Amino acid sequence: MGWLLALPFLLPIATGLFALGARRKPRRARTISLLGCVGLFVIVVIIFVRVIDEGTIAAQMGNWPAPFGITLVADRLSAIMLLLAGLVGLAVAIFAQADVDLRREVLGFQGFYQLLLAGVCGSFVTGDLFNLYVWFEVMLIASFALLILGGERAQLDGGIKYVALNLVSTLFMLMAIGMVYGLTGTLNLAALHTALAQVEQPAALHMLAVLLIVAFGIKAALFPLYFWLPASYHVPPVAVTAVFAGLLTKVGVYALIRTFTLIFPADFSFAHDLLLIAALLTMLSGVIGAASQYEFRKILAFHIISQIGFLVLGLALFSPLALAGSIFYMVHNIVAKTNLLLISGTARRMTGSFNLAEIGGLYRVSPVLAAVFFIAAFSLAGFPPLSGFWAKLMLVSASLEQAAYWVAAIALITGALTLFSMSKIWSEAFWKPHPTGEARSLTSLTVTERIQRMLPALLLVAITLGLGLFPQPLIQFCETAAKELLDPAGYVATVLPSRGG
Amino acid sequence: MSSVILQGATRLLVALILLFSVYMLMRGHNLPGGGFIAGLIASAAFVLYALAWSLQEARAALRVSPVKLAAIGALLSLASAVPGLLKGFPPFTGLWLFIGGGEGDKGIPISTVLLFDVGIYLAVLGAVLALFFTIEVD
Amino acid sequence: MESALVLVIGVMVAAGVYLMLAANLLCYLFGLILLSNAANLVIFVAGRLTRAVPPLIPKGQEAPLEPVANALPQAMILTAIVIGFGLLAFTLALVVACYRELGTIDSDHMRLAEPPPKSGEH
Repeated sequence: MGWLLALPFLLPIATGLFALGARRKPRRARTISLLGCVGLFVIVVIIFVRVIDEGTIAAQMGNWPAPFGITLVADRLSAIMLLLAGLVGLAVAIFAQADVDLRREVLGFQGFYQLLLAGVCGSFVTGDLFNLYVWFEVMLIASFALLILGGERAQLDGGIKYVALNLVSTLFMLMAIGMVYGLTGTLNLAALHTALAQVEQPAALHMLAVLLIVAFGIKAALFPLYFWLPASYHVPPVAVTAVFAGLLTKVGVYALIRTFTLIFPADFSFAHDLLLIAALLTMLSGVIGAASQYEFRKILAFHIISQIGFLVLGLALFSPLALAGSIFYMVHNIVAKTNLLLISGTARRMTGSFNLAEIGGLYRVSPVLAAVFFIAAFSLAGFPPLSGFWAKLMLVSASLEQAAYWVAAIALITGALTLFSMSKIWSEAFWKPHPTGEARSLTSLTVTERIQRMLPALLLVAITLGLGLFPQPLIQFCETAAKELLDPAGYVATVLPSRGG
Repeated sequence: MSSVILQGATRLLVALILLFSVYMLMRGHNLPGGGFIAGLIASAAFVLYALAWSLQEARAALRVSPVKLAAIGALLSLASAVPGLLKGFPPFTGLWLFIGGGEGDKGIPISTVLLFDVGIYLAVLGAVLALFFTIEVD
Repeated sequence: MESALVLVIGVMVAAGVYLMLAANLLCYLFGLILLSNAANLVIFVAGRLTRAVPPLIPKGQEAPLEPVANALPQAMILTAIVIGFGLLAFTLALVVACYRELGTIDSDHMRLAEPPPKSGEH
């Protein structure tokens, strides 16, 4: 058991180190990296199946019992997040074979990419607050390197802003960890569930909540802490943006969900109100920011922010349906968003630019790409019967259930504005003719490159369609996961068997 | 920087510092010290060498590329998880092997923890030097 | 003793934040260093300050004989220092690279990634 739960981060670290060692032989490094991603995907599928069969599973590193040693836990939320990380990791790794240039590979792209996956997977399986911090740092270092790899001027500029703000986040997290330890004497998440409930200092709890919301909020790009995202997400190669968009911000959201369901008491309305306001403002400001942009990738980057709002909204409403909606939205969003960014990369390859004014004609030259974009984009906007529709339906009905009509209204307005941005991209990049008539068709690429670019996109779009047409199994899964989150007794009992929950 | 005094002293000091770093690495198991601090000390030796002679000389003295050194070190640390697997324990379980030993003497302890520490030593040395070599330009 | 250390942390955070508000990236970095050390001290204080012996169990015993110092916060601080060291070294390298490539470390003049509206129009 210990090995099964440790492999999601041990394997990428080992793969990354081998790839880093072989970076001067890019073909070999690529093969290593791709094999590692396939291996990671197999492992996370095994974990997912086991968690569905057996419920929450836990293990202790180095044979030190909890709450003293480092605990690894996988409940349903962790399992689905791991599955998504494995999926995105594999899809982007295939795409990166075509998209990332040789120079960046020699600088160690594949190694840092694997390290990033290790950090992401580590964050999802850890059951310890300090260990979470360590994985965040692993992720951060790898993302720093990926962001500035290649050293273009715009990359350095965006990189500085990303680094500056994310370092502040880690310091907030560190201070919060210090406070938690001072208050309770433990950092094991399961032990904190009972320990923090006994703390009788509301002021300390409030401050802790604010520290953690700021720390994870910066990572997750929550309003008003998201300014690093539009400054940096459009500067690295598209493959890097895709994996950042798919996984990095979501780790922040995951950490928020984990801490505010597991360690803080369930009736902690102060934090829920704060999160609700932040979520609504995030949704609106992200979507309005996107509407003002006129570049393929920047529009998508601003939409990441707006969708983070939806994810946090489910947590803030704090009902079983809302949390299930959040998890469903997470699945839908990671798949659709990564796919859209991959498509934007291919679109630039065919037309030569990200700027919507300078491109066009994609529908005529490659209808397949257009169809894939259409499905992913309108799923993002929440069109039935695509996956985004069900996700939004769950969140909106959860808010109506609590008679929070204005929340539902804001969610619907955001959806409408998303539709506006997506139609803008559709009409500019795909529908209108290319201004200089220089759009290339997919068939002009070599067969290998066509496969590397289109296989991940088709795979992800198939998932979007599948989730849209047959949402019931995932909805049921999400409802069970939400129930687990709201009643963590099972989680606590698995990690700390001696306390009996 | 070409100062005869610095260069002369460096010859002596580098050897001493490297020796001291190995001492810190070994004593780290029960006393203050350990892989990280020893790696820092060792990298200080190479930094000193680079300052006294030149960056190229320091690179040549290291023989391996620092990134590769860091990767090898980290892999060694990971490898210390494997003996646990073979014995059916969770990853990173500390296991000891005593060489020699007899009456009242446990012998020389060789442990997975030591392997981990040696890995950290190399990883820190490699990473710090990789950073230093990028920042420092002659 | 704790309250004295808390005051020190307060001063460090204040100075750190003040430095971080500067447009100069190097000042920002120094502020960050102060702040990260303040965060380490927070953990240190959270572990309670005790003048106790190191947490080593004497030979032949199962548990320590007298009250021992809490080793966990120190282990955590050590990890945090190591990580902080790596991150700050990286940031310094980045600032140096910025200075070489962009010719400035004034964040107000770094508008490449997000060009101001006027010059951004094609």
